Amino acid sequence: MKIVAILKQVPDAEARLRDGADGVDLGGVTFVIDGMDEYGVEEALRLREGGADGEIVALALGPRRYEEAIRTALAMGVDRAIHVETDENLDPISQARVLASVIDGEGADLVFVGGKQADWDSSALGPAVAEALGWPHSDWTTRVEVRGGTLSVTHDADEGTEDLELPLPAVVTTQQGLNEPRYPTLPNIMKAKRKELRKSSLADAGGAEPFTRLLGQSLELRERRNVILTGDPSEAARELVRRLRDEAKVLAK
Amino acid sequence: MILIVAEHSNGKLRKSALELAQAGRELARELDVEPVGLILGSGVQECASELARYLPRVRVVDDPALADIRADTWTTAITELAKDLPARVVFLSASRTGLSVGPRVAVRLGAPLLEDVTSLEVDGDSLAATRLAYLARVTERVRAGSLPAVVSVKPNVYALPAASETGSVEAAEISFGERDLRVTVGEKRKPAGGSVALEEASVVVSGGRGLGGAEGFATLVEPLAGLLGAGIAATRAVVDAGWRPYAEQVGQTGKTVAPELYLALGVSGAVQHLSGMNRSKVVVAINKDGDAPIFKAADYGIVGDVHKIVPELTEALREGKG
Ligand SMILES: Cc1cc2nc3c(=O)[nH]c(=O)nc-3n(C[C@H](O)[C@H](O)[C@H](O)COP(=O)(O)OP(=O)(O)OC[C@H]3O[C@@H](n4cnc5c(N)ncnc54)[C@H](O)[C@@H]3O)c2cc1C
Ligand SMILES: Nc1ncnc2c1ncn2[C@@H]1O[C@H](COP(=O)(O)O)[C@@H](O)[C@H]1O
Repeated sequence: MKIVAILKQVPDAEARLRDGADGVDLGGVTFVIDGMDEYGVEEALRLREGGADGEIVALALGPRRYEEAIRTALAMGVDRAIHVETDENLDPISQARVLASVIDGEGADLVFVGGKQADWDSSALGPAVAEALGWPHSDWTTRVEVRGGTLSVTHDADEGTEDLELPLPAVVTTQQGLNEPRYPTLPNIMKAKRKELRKSSLADAGGAEPFTRLLGQSLELRERRNVILTGDPSEAARELVRRLRDEAKVLAK
Repeated sequence: MILIVAEHSNGKLRKSALELAQAGRELARELDVEPVGLILGSGVQECASELARYLPRVRVVDDPALADIRADTWTTAITELAKDLPARVVFLSASRTGLSVGPRVAVRLGAPLLEDVTSLEVDGDSLAATRLAYLARVTERVRAGSLPAVVSVKPNVYALPAASETGSVEAAEISFGERDLRVTVGEKRKPAGGSVALEEASVVVSGGRGLGGAEGFATLVEPLAGLLGAGIAATRAVVDAGWRPYAEQVGQTGKTVAPELYLALGVSGAVQHLSGMNRSKVVVAINKDGDAPIFKAADYGIVGDVHKIVPELTEALREGKG
């Protein structure tokens, strides 16, 4: 069985974002492999450790800096990687076509991708890749089991969780709760340096036209009052009720 | 035309479906086209009639194959009806279902996707939308390159429409192929939710690991929420520990809420949690650690033990009311 884990590299969740001239200024920000994608890498490794033999390939589409995230996946235990390197800002729908063409060329049976990307807050990539491949998908997946040619999963739906059975090949979008991703060990970090990281371009995948265009971005968080109320518990609680009623006006008088 | 895919549950339209009807009606007026509602399911004639009170035309695919929500059947039904109309915009709710189906419809139609949008306007010969990014810390504007476009609309953004129509309901048939039916839905587990629907509550009382256990919710959160008529929310840490059902989780991988008042009790304020509640109008934090990041995201904070502060707060509110 060949498994592909799609990766993105995103700002660290704790990174301080600033407004820039054209959109968010990411200068000086630390980038990491998207935590959501790590669950997919981990799950692929666990499937193999559980007896599913075959290759695990990391696949990423993005600028040069993505290499670091790819190395993280290689150090976790992925066998080799493909990096479609581009500085173009492609939306998930046009990305899906490029990624699907690479996955198709690889002849993969199972694809993992994070359930929601921490940069665009998008959950479109998994379903879009599945559609571009003509495969079924499971979203927000918390349990994965391979039984012959069938994938048995548990996922979160709108009104609770449900079990699904999908024929392989299939796409699985991952989330917290699926597993606890491992940390790369030092020997594996060294080994990862010698693993294959193949570069490819949008042209190799037949080119890509963006479907949407970003017009602008701004950091827009609500101003908060940041008032700390002190005094003994009873006084502080009373003061809070008074402020909520008279100042913030969110309690009926 | 505009195709509005309305979700329903237990024989009734979901609130987000009505919001979608409102968003669709507004856009249809601007584009000077007709809004057409779509109901997919099995035994859903009543939902279709309900939707016809909000939209001039409703199409309904009533088919046992649609008894379970499956991305494959929904994608085929929506795409075929969108082509048949033809639709210039396909509207879905940015629910888990809509977020799962929308990208597939976009790929199959070769159309742009505007995902999880909070506002939408006509921009020349296409649409521009506002949406959130970077764990909801950034607001961005995105333009669809062309129409038709697929748009998923964030729940709780649009007002509810007036039931001012007496629309027509037309049955539509879709012949599903083997490929549409390849996924089987097995056991479903619905969580026992709180008494007030979280996304619809104007006050939310949220608890974190600082409550110490399920009992902390029972003795501190539930009485306070009951008094305020509030919805109950929890952090991922709490849900993972099994203290509260998953349906109450707020944050990156849970629900997004934006009530008038959000009370965070024993919640540290991790970015992933904040992204699900940082659009709330007023935020209150009670935490024993004065350095907890939740205080930076709060309007009012009390540094102290929830076991001491929350009963006093509940008492003060009860007196204030009496
Ligand atoms: C990919 C990903 C997605 C995630 N998605 C979500 C999500 O959707 N929602 C979510 O909530 N989290 C999410 N998380 C987890 C998030 O990072 C935090 O771990 C989580 O929100 C912490 O929950 P908590 O505040 O309950 O617990 P903690 O961080 O442990 O905080 C407990 C707080 O309670 C305070 N406290 C302790 N005892 C008391 C007391 N007696 N009185 C008063 N205060 C007390 C402590 O000072 C502390 O601040 C996600 C993480 C990842 C990696
Ligand atoms: N037809 C529409 N579809 C989606 N969003 C809209 C539509 N019309 C207006 N909006 C947005 O809804 C918000 C309120 O609009 P209005 O009620 O027209 O003032 C604004 O942010 C608009 O951009």
